[in-house]
Amino acid sequence: MSAVLDAPRAVAPPRAAAGPRRRAAWAGRARAAALATLSLVACLALWHLAATRHWDLGVLSFRLVPPPLEVLQAAWDLLHSPRLAQHLGYSLWRVASGFVAAAILGIVLGLLIGRLRWARAGLLPPLEVLRPIPAVAWIPLSILMFPSSELSMIFITFVGALFPVLLNTVHGAEAVDRRLVAAARSLGTRPDRLFLQVVLPSAAPAIVTGLSIGMGTCWFCLVSAEMISGQYGIGYYTWASYTVQDYASIVVGMLLIGVLGMGSSVLIRAGGRALMPWQRIVEERA
Amino acid sequence: MTAAPPLASADRCLPNGGLPAAASLPSPSAVGGHIAARGLCIELGRGADRFEALHDVSFEVEPGEFVCLLGPSGCGKSTLLGALAGHVDPSRGALSVDGAPVAGSGPERGLVFQHHTLFPWLRVVDNVAYGLRMRGVARAERRERASRLLEQVGLREFARHYPAQLSGGMQQRVEIARVLINEPRVLLMDEPFGALDALTRLHMQELLVRLWSARRPTVVFVTHDIDEALFLADRILVLGPRPGRLVDVLPVPAPRPRTADWLTDPRFGRLKRHCLALLRHEERQEPLERLSPIGLPEVSPPSWRFAS
Repeated sequence: MSAVLDAPRAVAPPRAAAGPRRRAAWAGRARAAALATLSLVACLALWHLAATRHWDLGVLSFRLVPPPLEVLQAAWDLLHSPRLAQHLGYSLWRVASGFVAAAILGIVLGLLIGRLRWARAGLLPPLEVLRPIPAVAWIPLSILMFPSSELSMIFITFVGALFPVLLNTVHGAEAVDRRLVAAARSLGTRPDRLFLQVVLPSAAPAIVTGLSIGMGTCWFCLVSAEMISGQYGIGYYTWASYTVQDYASIVVGMLLIGVLGMGSSVLIRAGGRALMPWQRIVEERA
Repeated sequence: MTAAPPLASADRCLPNGGLPAAASLPSPSAVGGHIAARGLCIELGRGADRFEALHDVSFEVEPGEFVCLLGPSGCGKSTLLGALAGHVDPSRGALSVDGAPVAGSGPERGLVFQHHTLFPWLRVVDNVAYGLRMRGVARAERRERASRLLEQVGLREFARHYPAQLSGGMQQRVEIARVLINEPRVLLMDEPFGALDALTRLHMQELLVRLWSARRPTVVFVTHDIDEALFLADRILVLGPRPGRLVDVLPVPAPRPRTADWLTDPRFGRLKRHCLALLRHEERQEPLERLSPIGLPEVSPPSWRFAS
């Protein structure tokens, strides 16, 4: 009956138009990929030139900077060394535990603060004071507070990830559509179930954004923590390479941190997409 | 689907008059509720912005009756609906359903919004089954019952879609199915077809009458469309703006099932002219802002904010 008349909006574009449009999209993507590759190659070339020619720009000197090939060699060596697994294992463990703790606390507190007046009044002022303090500034106190340096490093990564997660969750919970809440109530949702049934899924896209940002801050806080008190870990490896004047390994450590940070953020976003299949549809319509 | 016999129109005009036709239906939980409002006043807003949205409104709706609230935009008809749903508190007066004062919202008073409020993260079938989940019905059973209801609104093939993949008319059909699965005694509808194109609206009106005939909940249907009210309602309550108050009560004498013949009936024309005269008389120079059944938006901004 009327299903014929008001057909779904989800229908594919007409076949005739699909071919050229897809081809145009492919061409656009290919051009973008080419440009990205070109820029990466140009950066590498510039680095190679600067390092091999020992450029000295007055305030900035490349005299001690290792060239790309040396770094590649150091990376190759590290790849075949048993230390790599150890460093990676420690760093990943610290990031994972700090991040998980921050995610749980940040999401729970964020939902409460975003939805409940008393939680906002009671919890937000102290958090607002703590928020501008960079995680690195917590290092001395965390060494004093925790019995092991392992725990204090996990705490630093926790602090780094907590605020991005909390902040985004608060915004997400505040932005929940009042009409959805009213509809849920009218459908028999008790107040205690409202959080899980409506507030959490409504805020989920904002929470995933917070988790993805928090994952990034987690990594750079970890590195600062490991530089000061550590025996293993990528951050420690980077700093230790400096103290033994193994300059190529510094860059290997840096790049490793970058790749791991990017990879874990990508993982979070992919996880978010898998958990929220509706989100892509909503975004496409917007 | 068999249509219930039409109510005798004389019965509908009398308070507490007549036996509800729905009493003969096999499912007693789906029988419509009795609504009574006495001296109802509702004030909205805070401080200097406070205004009376509804002033001294009294009426009754019989079980199983289909009533339309007709009035210009901003006259408080949606606010009245919100009070019936339990989302807006009356300032004075009494509002009761089946003799019990309305306190808070509940699944026995289903509310359908003008723009759908389907949960974007749930598939259509799970949106419809939501009320059953809140009641602790097992997954297999609620999916089955939701599918049956989807079939009745003509959307069986779309059970696995997400709401964003449907057209406006389809979304509204899902919204109605989601409310009906709770077998509400009262069905409250806030201009549910106002955002749809004319042809879709016509189909939706027919579908709604069909669903109502089979179940016989009491329906309170808000609209500013006179034709819609005359096609759907047993009785029309006409409201005037600021403060919103009851201007007239018009029984619609057409027998059911209603067909296109009714639209060309001289009585239809007479009633329509009468409504038009009432609305024109009540209309102000500039149209008022539309009110919502969930009250005004929160005015006080949060005192503490993350500076970001």
